[in-house]
Amino acid sequence: MMAAFPVCGILFYIIFTEGLMPQFHSTEHYVASPELIGAVNIAMALEKPLLIKGEPGTGKTMLAEAIADSLGRKLIIWNIKSTTKAQDGLYVYDVVQRLYDSQFGGKEVDNIEQYIKLGKLGEAFSSDEPVILLIDEIDKADLEFPNDLLWELDKMEFYIPETKQTVKAKQRPVVIITSNAEKELPNAFLRRCIFHYIAFPEQDQMEKILRVHFDKLDDTLLRQAMEAFYYLRSLDGIEKKPSTSELVDWVRALSLSGIPTNRIRREIPFAGVLLKKDKDLATLARRLK
Amino acid sequence: MFIAFFYLLKSHGFRVSLTEWVTLLDGLMAGLHRSSLTGFYDLCRAVLVKSEADYDKFDRIFLEFFKGVPFEDELPEELMQWLEKPQDVLDSFRAFLADQGYEPKEIEEILKMFEERLKEQTEEHNGGSYWIGTGGFSNFGHSGHAPQGIRVGGVSRYRHAFQVAGERRFRDFRTDNTLDTRQFQMAFRLLRQYSDQALGEKTEFDVDGTIHETADSGGLLKVKYRRPRTNTVKLLMMMDSGGSMEYYSRLCSQLFQAAENSNHFKELHIFYFHNCVYNQLYTDPRLSWSGRVPTEWVLKNYGSEYKLIMVGDALMDMYELRGNGYGYYYEKNERSGLDNLKLLRKQYDHSVWLNPEPAPLPNGYWGQSYFHIAKVFPMYPLTLDGLKDAMHALLVQK
Repeated sequence: MMAAFPVCGILFYIIFTEGLMPQFHSTEHYVASPELIGAVNIAMALEKPLLIKGEPGTGKTMLAEAIADSLGRKLIIWNIKSTTKAQDGLYVYDVVQRLYDSQFGGKEVDNIEQYIKLGKLGEAFSSDEPVILLIDEIDKADLEFPNDLLWELDKMEFYIPETKQTVKAKQRPVVIITSNAEKELPNAFLRRCIFHYIAFPEQDQMEKILRVHFDKLDDTLLRQAMEAFYYLRSLDGIEKKPSTSELVDWVRALSLSGIPTNRIRREIPFAGVLLKKDKDLATLARRLK
Repeated sequence: MFIAFFYLLKSHGFRVSLTEWVTLLDGLMAGLHRSSLTGFYDLCRAVLVKSEADYDKFDRIFLEFFKGVPFEDELPEELMQWLEKPQDVLDSFRAFLADQGYEPKEIEEILKMFEERLKEQTEEHNGGSYWIGTGGFSNFGHSGHAPQGIRVGGVSRYRHAFQVAGERRFRDFRTDNTLDTRQFQMAFRLLRQYSDQALGEKTEFDVDGTIHETADSGGLLKVKYRRPRTNTVKLLMMMDSGGSMEYYSRLCSQLFQAAENSNHFKELHIFYFHNCVYNQLYTDPRLSWSGRVPTEWVLKNYGSEYKLIMVGDALMDMYELRGNGYGYYYEKNERSGLDNLKLLRKQYDHSVWLNPEPAPLPNGYWGQSYFHIAKVFPMYPLTLDGLKDAMHALLVQK
């Protein structure tokens, strides 16, 4: 068996490059860097969850949408809050409804299955079509949360003791996990993930992103806005640096306002769209004087 | 050659475990490196590096290892050979495991799994999640290599040098102080990682659990309790006392009280030192001989899960930092102060240095030690904002 391996390896390689394996690429609405595309495809090929970190506003959540879009698959989003438990994502057994039904009649209460409601993870596993599962902001939850999901994410199955059923993924979902680095994630969990940090876009990348968001964009406006934006980010005193999504909003405001484009860099109008802290606005006002 | 890369990563403090290494092999077998060095680099980084803070370190190690490789964006020949001879892979893997101290029997088991894994991959295109069973031995990634003291040049001609002997020292912080330490306390509140797994009594009324159980038993009341969610953060604090720190004693006293009153930490231990950490730490700010604790003991008894806050002005003469005869009682030390600081930093991934003194001018003589220490510990000003930033940094590995 082992002797035959090199040939298979080459075959493998051909299969991967020839695109039988679905590949992620930038979409009409989302510009991904080559490194990010690489990481997504590595994670898909190795069937591991992809952990995405990055500054706020670099499109971590939108990535999952873009992957779903690019592969033409359904997206299931599981938003994590500080009180979310791993169990919530698997299933909830609605015992109270069952008690009501038993008291007032009308339904077969012996059939527990009808009181089991699948969570987002359960939904992703039981889907007939392959789906994209986004676990958004995993670091918001308790320390144990990621570890509690190790088995489920590894084996892609879980057991429901109430009905003695095992929910197993019919089609292995692509799992995207985002983290804002508010807390550190456990090592056992990290070991099983493919990791990618979305770096803040360079100027040329940013230009592409803006062009995706706006059909027609005045070149002077674009140049001036970008210059002002990167100048703002480079200022020392700015605490909350403006992000991509704020730039998009700002450019929209600028192009709607009809302000002469050559004044943008010098005056930075509507700075409130870019800077959200009073202190930062004051810093900017001092610099512009 | 490949295993050497693994060792190099580990010797630089990367916690690469067997799980990740096997994932990387899987990736290579599946051709994800696209037969190019760039692709190989992308694959390695995605699989092995788990924090953006380590990207730069990884880049340096990668370059160091592959610098001899002509950069023509093609895979080095050795790697290609490696990929074409899976049997060699198994052999070197076996040698590698033996090196790691596994019993022959264990090795055979691991290899069997690996072989089956390979087989499956050649037959079908799935796989990748088969390594659940191997979780058990991946913890060897934590063992790390033995701490090695880094010799920094000798400064013996300063041996006779003076030392601010401690007639000036902190007041005992433990006396009650009516100062408002609330703001400091609020900053300490940021330092929390909740968990309900800690041992303890189930004292909290569990509403959802009670409803669930009650309904399940046909409406007969069944009361459920659960463990409260508690903070799991364990904190070590080491404060500089005496000498040039006297000016800041009130500020430090506030900080101390805030920490002491923030009873939400799972554990809090406070030690004192004079100028720099030498062989001994002290449990009271007067640095009394009876309250001394060997630094080694602290390192042994408080593991890497503790978070460390150093408080001090980081200002001293260079010979006090680099020499080894400058303990508070002029005792002989095995390591210099700087070596001790490096040891602490190495053990405590989550550590910060809080400094009440603004950064000195870069060229001044008095300020040199500041910059040497700032290279070891991330330094934050001992202000409210600085403290908040430091608390955030303690929660995520920087």
